[in-house]
Amino acid sequence: MSAFVQYTLQGLAAGGFYALAALGLAVIFGVLGVVNFSHGACYMLGAVAAAVLLDVLGLHFWAALVVVPILLFGVGVVMERLFVRWLLRLDPLYNFLLTFGLSLILVDLVKGRYGVSGLPYERPAGLGGQLHIGGIGLSRYQVFACLFSFLICALVWLLLTRTRVGMIVRASTEDAERTRALGINVGRWVTPVFGFGIALAGLAGVMAAPFRAITADMGSNFVIILFAVVVIGGLGSILGAVVAGFLVGLVEAYGQAYAPTFSQVAIFVLMAAVVLFRPAGLFGREEAG
Amino acid sequence: MRSRKPAAAVAAAVCSSLALAACGGGGPGAAGGKISDDKVVLGVLNDQSGVYKDLSGPNSKVAVQMAIDDYKAKYGDKAVAKTIEIVTADHQNKPDIANTKAQEMYDRQNVDLILDVPTSSAALAVATQAKAKKKLFIDITAGTTALTGKSCNKYTYAWAYDTAMLANGTGNTVVKNGGKTWSIVYPDYAFGQDMNKSFTAAVKGAGGTVGQSIATPFPNDNFATFITKAGSTNPKVIGIMSAGGDLINFVKQYNQAGMQGKAQLAVGLMFITDIHSLGVEQFEGTTFTDPWYWNFDAKNKAWADRFLAKSGTRPSFAHAGNYSAAMNYLESVQAAGTDEADAVVKQLDGKKINDVFLRNGEVRSDHRVIHDVYLAKVKSKSEVKEAWDYEKIVQTIPAAEAFEPVSPACKM
Repeated sequence: MSAFVQYTLQGLAAGGFYALAALGLAVIFGVLGVVNFSHGACYMLGAVAAAVLLDVLGLHFWAALVVVPILLFGVGVVMERLFVRWLLRLDPLYNFLLTFGLSLILVDLVKGRYGVSGLPYERPAGLGGQLHIGGIGLSRYQVFACLFSFLICALVWLLLTRTRVGMIVRASTEDAERTRALGINVGRWVTPVFGFGIALAGLAGVMAAPFRAITADMGSNFVIILFAVVVIGGLGSILGAVVAGFLVGLVEAYGQAYAPTFSQVAIFVLMAAVVLFRPAGLFGREEAG
Repeated sequence: MRSRKPAAAVAAAVCSSLALAACGGGGPGAAGGKISDDKVVLGVLNDQSGVYKDLSGPNSKVAVQMAIDDYKAKYGDKAVAKTIEIVTADHQNKPDIANTKAQEMYDRQNVDLILDVPTSSAALAVATQAKAKKKLFIDITAGTTALTGKSCNKYTYAWAYDTAMLANGTGNTVVKNGGKTWSIVYPDYAFGQDMNKSFTAAVKGAGGTVGQSIATPFPNDNFATFITKAGSTNPKVIGIMSAGGDLINFVKQYNQAGMQGKAQLAVGLMFITDIHSLGVEQFEGTTFTDPWYWNFDAKNKAWADRFLAKSGTRPSFAHAGNYSAAMNYLESVQAAGTDEADAVVKQLDGKKINDVFLRNGEVRSDHRVIHDVYLAKVKSKSEVKEAWDYEKIVQTIPAAEAFEPVSPACKM
C-alpha cells in the first residue's frame, strides 16, 4: 500500500512539471490559435541558457528562474515578429510546419555550439535530499517542482481570466473585429502573448535543468508528451492542461510501477481514449461552425 | 572557347584515371604492386552529428591522423606505405547508412581499412561488407559480442571492448568487493537486453543475486518511479544499463531521490564524455569498467597531451582505441610489405601488443583483441586536480579474466 501511495505522489510530482511545461503551449494555442511545435526546442533553450549562465556568469538556479524566462520572452518576440505573424491568417498547419522547421534549426544551432553530450548543472541550493511525508520519502526537488508549477499555472489562469489585460487578450482572439470596434488595438497583444508562451517554455526548461539531461535533443521527445497533455486537456484550455498534466504524470508513474515498458505507451492510449470519446479534449470547447 | 575548356579537362581527367586504373589493375605499379593504388586509405566511419559525436566523431579522425604521423616519423624513407589518406563518413548510427557508406568506402574510395563504427547494428553491417569485399574492418566503439561470435569473419577485428567484458569487469568485481545484491535497470532494446543478460550472468557467477531486472522504455526522460522500484528491495548495488542522455537523466534523478550513498551505483557502459557532461559531483562514487583512461599513467598522459594539443579536448577510450588500431594496422602493412588484406591479417593474427591503448594485449583467433581493463570509480569534486581528471582506477582486471573465452559460435 505504501508503495502505491509513493507511486501516486511521484506521479503527481511529475504531473505538476508536465502541467507547467504544457502551459505555454496551451496559452499560445488558446490565444493565438498557433500550434507551436518549437515549444520543445524553446524548453531546451531554457535549460541550455540556465546551464550556460551558470557556467559563464555563475548565475545560480534561483536567479535563472527569473532571468531565463525574460531572455526567452525576447526569443519569442523575435520569432513572432520575424516569422509567426505572417502566417497567422492562414491555416494553422502553416505555423505548425514553420515552428517545426524553427525547432530543427534551433536544435542544430545548439548542437553546433555545445556538442551533443550535454551540459553539466548544479544541484540547486536548499533543494537536495528527501522529504519524508508519513513514512514516504519524496525528493525535495520534485515536491518543489510540483508546487512551484502549480503556483505558476494558477497565476497564469488568474491573469487570463481575472484581469483586464487577460480580458482584452481573450476578447481579441474571440472576436477581433468587435474588440477593435470597442477601441482596442488587437494586434499589439499578439507579440507579447507569443513571447509569454515561449517564456513559460523557458521556465520549464530551467526547472528541468537540475533533474534532466541538458542536451540539444532534450525537447524533441518531450514535446510529443506535451502535445499529448494539451490534446487530453483540450487544446488551448489552461485548466485542461493542468488537469491533463497531473493525469499524464499519474498514468506514467503507475505504468512505470506496474507495466514498465508500457509506461509511455499508456500516455498515448489515454490520449486516444480521450480523443475518441471527447474529441475536443477534457476541457476543450467544440469549435463553433 | 569557354565551354570547351572544361570538356577538355574532363577528357584529360578521364584519360589519366583510365591510365591509372590500368596500371593499378595490371599488377606491378609504381610501388612494385605492394600497395594497392599506390596509397593506403583509412576510412573513419562513425557518428559525426548525433549522440556519439563527442565520444567518437571528428576526433577519431584526429587520433587516426596521429597514428599516421607516428608511423611516418618511425619509418621515414623505409615506410612501405608512402601515401596514407583518411576519408570519413557519418553513418548517423543507422545500419542501412553504415552499409551503404562502407560499400562506397571499399569500392569507390579504395579504402583498405574501416575504423571506429559506434552502434552495434551499424558495426555488424560493416562487418558483413568487410567479409564480402575481403577488406579490413577494425571495430572500436561498438560493443556487441556478435562481432566475434556468430557474425565473426576473417576481415573483422574488435579492438576495445564488448558487453560481456563490461559485465565481467563491473559485475564480477563489485560482487567480490561486497556488493552482493543487485537491482538492474535497463532500456528495453537490443543493447539494453544484452547488457541485462550479461550482467545478470556475471553477478550470479560471482555469487551475487539480482533481485529484479526492470525494463524501461527507450528513450525515456522520467525515471522517478523506476528508481523507487529498484530501491524497494534495498539492494546493495543498482546497475543502470542506459547510455547517453538517458543515463544522465537517470543519474540526476537517482541523486535527487536521495539514493546516492544508499545503494552503490554501477553503470554498464560509461564514456568519460558522460561524466564531463553531467559533472563529476553527480557521478561521484559510481563504479564502471573502462577499457582505457587517459590519466592512468605517464604513457597515457603523454599521448593525451598530444591529443589535447590537436583536438582541444581529452580523449575518450574510443579515440585512443582508434589510434592503436590504425597504428597496428600500419605496422602490419609495414611487416607484410603490402596492404593486401590477407597478408595483413596474417600479421595481425596472434600479435601480442603493448602500446598506449593495449596493455598485455593479444589479437585472439576469433579476432577479439583482449587486454587489461580497469575498474574505475568516479572521483569526488575535491579529488579532481584538472579538467577531465575524473576517474580513480580501483583495480586492473587482467586480460584473461576480463574477456569471455573464444565463442564456439565463431566459425571463420
